Amino acid sequence: METNTYETKVGLAKMLKGGVIMDVVTADQAKIAETAGAVAVMALERVPADIRADGGVARMSDPKMIKEIQASVTIPVMAKTRIGHFVEAQILEALEIDYVDESEVLTPADENAHVNKHNYKVPFVCGARNLGEALRRINEGASMIRTKGEAGTGNVVEAVRHMKQMSAEILALKDMNDIVLEQKAQEYKVPIELVKQVKELQRLPVVNFAAGGIATPADAALMMQLGCDGVFVGSGIFKSSNPATRAKAIVQATTHFNNPKIVAEVSEGLGEAMEGLEIDQLDVKMAERGN
Amino acid sequence: MKIGILALQGSFNEHIELLKKLNIETIQIKLPEQLNEIDALIIPGGESTTILQLLEKYKFDLQEFKNSGKPILGTCAGGIILAELGLIDIEIERNAYGPQLYSFIDKIEINFEKGKDNFKGVFIRAPKIINYGENVEVLGKHNNLKTNTSDPVLVKQDNIMVATFHPELTNDTRTHELFIRLVK
Repeated sequence: METNTYETKVGLAKMLKGGVIMDVVTADQAKIAETAGAVAVMALERVPADIRADGGVARMSDPKMIKEIQASVTIPVMAKTRIGHFVEAQILEALEIDYVDESEVLTPADENAHVNKHNYKVPFVCGARNLGEALRRINEGASMIRTKGEAGTGNVVEAVRHMKQMSAEILALKDMNDIVLEQKAQEYKVPIELVKQVKELQRLPVVNFAAGGIATPADAALMMQLGCDGVFVGSGIFKSSNPATRAKAIVQATTHFNNPKIVAEVSEGLGEAMEGLEIDQLDVKMAERGN
Repeated sequence: MKIGILALQGSFNEHIELLKKLNIETIQIKLPEQLNEIDALIIPGGESTTILQLLEKYKFDLQEFKNSGKPILGTCAGGIILAELGLIDIEIERNAYGPQLYSFIDKIEINFEKGKDNFKGVFIRAPKIINYGENVEVLGKHNNLKTNTSDPVLVKQDNIMVATFHPELTNDTRTHELFIRLVK
């Protein structure tokens, strides 16, 4: 019997495809998310919008709170570790979390290195702004990728930028011969085999979700039409005026992303979306953390 | 023959890719009226709570689909859904092996042609069939050396088939071929 292989790690991410992963800070929120149709929840102490507003160092959540959330739902539970904080990652593994998010939303613990994710039994998801970042994270052992976007802003512009950037870079590989591919591999600091695999597949070899700034059903459908496999919604749900209804609407828009009639229907009367922020007026750009 | 893959959430593309190898025409099913176009339905792996919620929201009548004699295959979450909707007489426990750390790949035995054929069983936060009615036929078993049990992992009752593993995460089409034989 094989357990905790790369195949089972990638396998769970594949089961999440076409779904919405929601940030929750309490067991009650986790239940609301599950009932609304979330495929997984991200257990954290503060949603990114609050982390941004509060300032200071943002760390891994209290294990007690993570356990409460694990006990309250049957869907997978994810939790965040700081970039490079391999002990927080060890703790999350000890808690038998289903997926670890090595996340730029928390304050990085290491400015030069990410966690060596091959050393863990639990699978990891990591953020990326472009193909190089995505491949470096995969080479470090990540079995799922998400766009970084700009978390806690309710502004989808950065997630769109990251997804388009990645797609364009993948498409560009098509016309490259082995010599140019070797250059690319050096530029990305990854083995050439990985670059060749992406050229062949014309997509990342792992599941790729959208994250960072998604606040409405239309945002979710937009990211799906751009080619994402699913969607993370952080502050967008529980910072809105009617979380349960909005959560359900985003789930439906993610499933029916190619059906504008349904996306229109579910967008009706949702109440106030979270308050949005302009990217060029931000003090902290989380997406720039961890290259 | 046209096989519909329920495409509300989960590993529907993986099923489609595997059926392509058999040169079978497939269609993604997102709305109930599409059920009229197909000869058989596959409910993929994913999260059963999510898929069930979306099935209810758009008023899919899978009971009627079953009554028309057309076969349905459910893998993992799909199997949970078929049991919850009462379309097959099995009792199934969600996440029976525990969280992701206990997901596994192991050899299973399926009755394809010659009795006990080996198949690569991919179990991701998998459910377990803990009880089944007398009309349910066990087609595949997992001999679990860890618990010393022999668990049913592929079962069939009339035109309904349930796999607790993910044949769609392998390159092996034999489970799908077995299912397609149910199409009249």
